[in-house]
Amino acid sequence: MSEAQEKPRMPDEVGVPDHFQYMHPLLKANHGNWAWHDRPRAGVLRHVSKSGDVVYTVRAGTQRQMDVFTIRKLCDIGDKYADGHIRFTTRSNIEYIIADKEKIEPLIEALEKEGFPVGGTGASVSMISHTQGWLHCDIPGTDASGVVKSMMDFLHKEFVRERMPNRVRITTSCCQINCGGQGDIAINVQYTKPPKINHDLVANVCERPAVVARCPVAAIRPAMVNGKPSLEIDEKKCVCCGACYPPCPPMQINNPDSTKIAIWVGGKHSNARTKPTFHKLAVANLPNNPPHWPEVAAVVRKIIEAYKADAKDWERLGEWIDRIGWKRFFEMTGLAFTKHHLDTWTGARKNMNSSSHIRF
Amino acid sequence: MSGGNNGGNKNGVHPTPLLDELEDGPWPSFVTGLKRLRDEGGGNCAPIMNDLLGQLERSYEDRKGYWKGGTLSVYGYGGGVIPRFSEISEEFPESKEFHTLRVMPPPGYHYTTDILRKLCDIWEEYGSGLIAFHGQSGDIMFQGCTTENTQKAFDEINKLGFDLGGAGPALRTAMSCVGRARCEQSCYDEARAHRGIINRFLDEMHRPSLPYKFKFKFSGCGNDCVNSIQRADFAVIGTWRDDMKVNQDEVKAYIAKKGRKYMIDVVISNCPTKALSLNDDDTLEVDNKSCVRCMHCINVMTKALSPGDDRGASVLIGGKRSLKVGDMMGIMVLPFIKLETDEDFEKLEEFAETCIEFFADNALEHERIGETIDRIGLPAFLEAVGVEVDPNMVNHPRTSCYVRTDDFDEEAAKWFERQAKKQDQPQNMK
Ligand code: HEM
Ligand code: SF4
Ligand code: SF4
Ligand code: SF4
Repeated sequence: MSEAQEKPRMPDEVGVPDHFQYMHPLLKANHGNWAWHDRPRAGVLRHVSKSGDVVYTVRAGTQRQMDVFTIRKLCDIGDKYADGHIRFTTRSNIEYIIADKEKIEPLIEALEKEGFPVGGTGASVSMISHTQGWLHCDIPGTDASGVVKSMMDFLHKEFVRERMPNRVRITTSCCQINCGGQGDIAINVQYTKPPKINHDLVANVCERPAVVARCPVAAIRPAMVNGKPSLEIDEKKCVCCGACYPPCPPMQINNPDSTKIAIWVGGKHSNARTKPTFHKLAVANLPNNPPHWPEVAAVVRKIIEAYKADAKDWERLGEWIDRIGWKRFFEMTGLAFTKHHLDTWTGARKNMNSSSHIRF
Repeated sequence: MSGGNNGGNKNGVHPTPLLDELEDGPWPSFVTGLKRLRDEGGGNCAPIMNDLLGQLERSYEDRKGYWKGGTLSVYGYGGGVIPRFSEISEEFPESKEFHTLRVMPPPGYHYTTDILRKLCDIWEEYGSGLIAFHGQSGDIMFQGCTTENTQKAFDEINKLGFDLGGAGPALRTAMSCVGRARCEQSCYDEARAHRGIINRFLDEMHRPSLPYKFKFKFSGCGNDCVNSIQRADFAVIGTWRDDMKVNQDEVKAYIAKKGRKYMIDVVISNCPTKALSLNDDDTLEVDNKSCVRCMHCINVMTKALSPGDDRGASVLIGGKRSLKVGDMMGIMVLPFIKLETDEDFEKLEEFAETCIEFFADNALEHERIGETIDRIGLPAFLEAVGVEVDPNMVNHPRTSCYVRTDDFDEEAAKWFERQAKKQDQPQNMK
């Protein structure tokens, strides 16, 4: 075991690597000197530099959770068509930079032949940004990768063309912490019952004051259960958020019967036209139904279809709803408006209509 | 490195009827990838992936996750590895340890195929062969490593010039948009600010000791392609101070192509501050004092319009998702900081340092900086980080009269003094 006793290697604290060493030479040469861009077709961007250089970017969807074989396949394509350089977008699409216009079509063909859809640009439905789910997370209520695969299978046709009013950015999150973030449409786990406490484990596993402190509505208090220190929940207060679960896994929130999915709409992170907005509840209590989540898909489809049919050019989903009003949104999508759509959290009042503006 | 190693699966593979259904359809299938690792992966990929698929299938059947956390890090660091232990490892022993290494990518996510292949080879040898490009915080996520191999995998990745990212109560991995590298809207060198700041505070990342997480994100303009306002404690967003640039010939060309009605409906009427007006001769008039740099008209007319020349960035502080008091967007704290010279970038880094120090000293445990600001009030935060109040910080002044104003005249005097000085940038940093 002498090897094991060898002095461990100290890390080389290199931090964020220098991007220039990996950047396509044409991007490097025109760094900070771009003049304008347009999109010759869906999935292809053309950027023109002030120097007169022109580069084309071909964008394709990936499964994000990639095996090394898939990555190597993408690399082979990059070696053949894009001078051995690639980049990823924030939504896990891959991009190839090419100078030679003649290579665009063969590159697209090569990507499509290997099953990577070309698109995700402009007014399309791009790849869903998502979290880890059952594959790796320790607190998930669903499997983000599976939901995404199921949704993208039917949204594929809107990924490969630009026929939406404006870009559609969808996110999924497999618990209410919402690592997936805000979206035009957000598909998120919504727990519907307070945690069931495994009292045998609390004392050993959980730092009780930390768990008490984590609850946003002060519903947890220390208690003795069966002679052991544990916790108890005021179920009338509990909002089923799951915040107590990460610091204390015995607070079992992700009961299969009560883990549901909610869909939120109208989140937007860009500042274009309107200020950024948070997504708002459209529907809750949809079943968490692997492997295809058909009930979720049906609602997403309805929302996308209504938006596509009715929104004006450049109107994001939330801006469209602002124009037509929530009444028509619920009518057009066939979804129910319930008391649960009335916000009850801090600051709720500013979400109410205190004017005589109404729609019929 | 590749080439079949089915040794670990000699007793056959776990059936995965539910997951198999996710192999159909036009979108690339992660399940197909996992299975290929199970069947052809080198190193220990094959047995790991067989059991991983078995456990995942069980999750699909039971609608439940089966991972639990723990503690693990590499020598010299306290964070960056996310430990995962299976709760049903008797049945799926080969994937009983399935840890993730969060590794910081180059800003803008540029890679050569050469470096990607090297990373793949390492992960096929030491890990499970499964890599996510990228996590929602921005890391390359190398998923699925045994405890024993975690150090070895990290050493090899580290030797290639990559470092672990953040996890736990620490500075987290940052993200920047493609920006300067390929976007004409970019108003500062995002990657430079990104590397400058993160690499200056690596200690806060690798040895977690902050009250909670702290995230930076860098977008080159108001389009905010990396979602910084909603997801970063410290968001840096490009902007400009002078007039936007208008090429009137291109404006006319656009109208000739798309029509005047379209121009009015889509561009003119969508300006949030009514700063645009179309002249009778089809030229565009911009009220640059009213323009809020929202980017809409520039996005639509990429040839005709572009940001001005006097460029820099705004800084917004305090964005985060729901835990625990509810969602928060960042608050505009520095409306403009010039970002051109070394000195400018140094000033931004110093301001970042001030904010991190403020956070370390004042936040309660498990409190994000946005929550701290809410708790103590924005004026106290500004005072602490040395920033003067500015009307750009608010949608409108207060509506509540419950405030003590006996020093109003002194505060007003400060305002007039500043106005008289017309101080240069950074505008409102003391
Ligand atoms: C212990 C359980 C948790 C796990 C396994 C987990 C996992 C993750 C992962 C894998 C990512 C992407 C990371 C990356 O890109 O490197 C992420 C991001 C994120 N996490 Fe968590 N997380 C956990 C707890 C939390 C908590 C407690 C919060 C809320 C306070 C949270 C909020 C977020 C948010 C908002 C993001 C997206 C961040 C961004 O876009 O910058 N997570 N999480
Ligand atoms: S689920 Fe949320 S509200 Fe309910 S007890 Fe846990 S932390 Fe509190
Ligand atoms: S944020 Fe602005 S500068 Fe950065 S990539 Fe997006 S549009 Fe370009
Ligand atoms: S950038 Fe936005 S605010 Fe400024 S003129 Fe254009 S549309 Fe109006």
